[in-house]
Amino acid sequence: MQLFIDQFFNGIGSGAVYASVALALVLIYRTTGLLNFAQGEMALFSAFVTWWLTDQGLGIWPALLGSMIFSFVAGGLIERVLIRPVEGSKNPLNVVIVTLGLFLAINALCQLIFIKPGREAVQMPLMFPTGDLPVLGIQKAIVGRIIVLALECLFLYVLLQKTRIGLKLRAVASNPESAKLLGVNPGTMLMLGWALAAVLGAIAGTMAASRGTGGFDTSLMQQVLVYAFAAAALGGFDSPVGAVVGGLIVGVANSLTIQYVGFLEGIELVVPLGLIFVVLLVKPNGLFGRTIVERV
Amino acid sequence: MLIELRNVSGGYGPVNVLEGLDLGVNEGEVGVILGANGAGKTTTLRAICGMLDDVSGEVFFDGSDITGRSTEAIARTGIAHVPQGRGTFGDLSVEDNLRLGAIVRKDGGVDSDLERWFDVFPRLRERRDQNAGTLSGGEQQMLAIARAMMGRPRLLLLDEPSLGLAPLITRDLFERLGEINKSEGLTMLIVEQNAGLALQIADRGYVLETGTIVASGTSEELSLDEGVRKAYLGF
Repeated sequence: MQLFIDQFFNGIGSGAVYASVALALVLIYRTTGLLNFAQGEMALFSAFVTWWLTDQGLGIWPALLGSMIFSFVAGGLIERVLIRPVEGSKNPLNVVIVTLGLFLAINALCQLIFIKPGREAVQMPLMFPTGDLPVLGIQKAIVGRIIVLALECLFLYVLLQKTRIGLKLRAVASNPESAKLLGVNPGTMLMLGWALAAVLGAIAGTMAASRGTGGFDTSLMQQVLVYAFAAAALGGFDSPVGAVVGGLIVGVANSLTIQYVGFLEGIELVVPLGLIFVVLLVKPNGLFGRTIVERV
Repeated sequence: MLIELRNVSGGYGPVNVLEGLDLGVNEGEVGVILGANGAGKTTTLRAICGMLDDVSGEVFFDGSDITGRSTEAIARTGIAHVPQGRGTFGDLSVEDNLRLGAIVRKDGGVDSDLERWFDVFPRLRERRDQNAGTLSGGEQQMLAIARAMMGRPRLLLLDEPSLGLAPLITRDLFERLGEINKSEGLTMLIVEQNAGLALQIADRGYVLETGTIVASGTSEELSLDEGVRKAYLGF
């Protein structure tokens, strides 16, 4: 039983990372209708920035804060400089190609800047205390990740539902043309969407890199991105709640598969993907995705 | 004149829809644009709001040249545009839609304006937490107009407000618009197929054919004009 509980919460722990990246994907999808294939690598770069700041002597949390600020600016710049010029073009595939190009470019950039010969991986300091809680023997690090994820959700909820800027963001996501007619500049909102997504990525990347043993290298986020896409598809690409629930389900399904389904060892990815296949057959918009109702 | 178009040509990409259009509405008046499908009525409103790819000529609002400005900048100068199909935010609540109408306002009167428009359109108050996409066509049109009014505009552009509405609802809608024009002194420019109703509340009318004005005058003059009567009033 303890083994099951351990594996369940391990799954929740990695699910929190998938959920953060999935939240970033959903944020960009909702504001721009675009799947950002570079999200994982943007998070990787942010994780390296966090690590670099700790390497300069900062504590892990101030370093993460610094990396979040960096990511906010960089995310906004990427939208303005690289995405917007191609977004106007008639062919939506152009933007997809740009995000795929970004994926490769950022990965190569990380390799170039942060990886030196003889230092293939770097060590991120731990974010959370080690050891278990007295109840159920849950690792403190997992509780920490859950708290971080909850704070992200709370922040996004307050920002989107309770502030003027959030109202503008939702308006642009819902109908950019009408938003313009009310005096809202969609470009600013799209930049903000990318900036916020990059901040979520910075948190996810740092959490993913901050693990007990071994360092991290430029492959850190590649599998995470696949799981995050799976999580977003499962929850519904337009639903932040779906992203979180989807992320946790994928994390747990994955972790339990590794523990209990020996013959899938090494290809445990098929279980969450099979799960998604089934869900999408029944609910094509994902668990929490909207079916758009429009009366005329 | 509060809004004036001088020799405006333009359209979408290489296709010119407007061909040297001249048109103007005085402050406090209601202007109506009549014309067949494809004459360029919607395009005229889009030209005012900076939503065309390519425009030549000049658009003056309150004496200043707004040609070539961005749509959002034009909106901030006090021009509200209710587009064809209403342009409501279907997945946002009725209240959020209305608050977005006032999103560029900096004064503190938004809450009291919200109550005011809920008084004018009580159906909207009943549905304030509902998603706008679930409203009926008539309710959506009310929402679109109330949302435009939340910005306290100086000029209201309405594109085919009667589209898809039952005749009774259309009649009610035009009565409301007439009342708003009287009580607020709000200048309006309305594109409308239902010429009879539109001319009732309008001070001036324009007949548009293939991108230019072919007839204009006061509503009385147009109502008496034989050509206009045959083509647009049907008697």
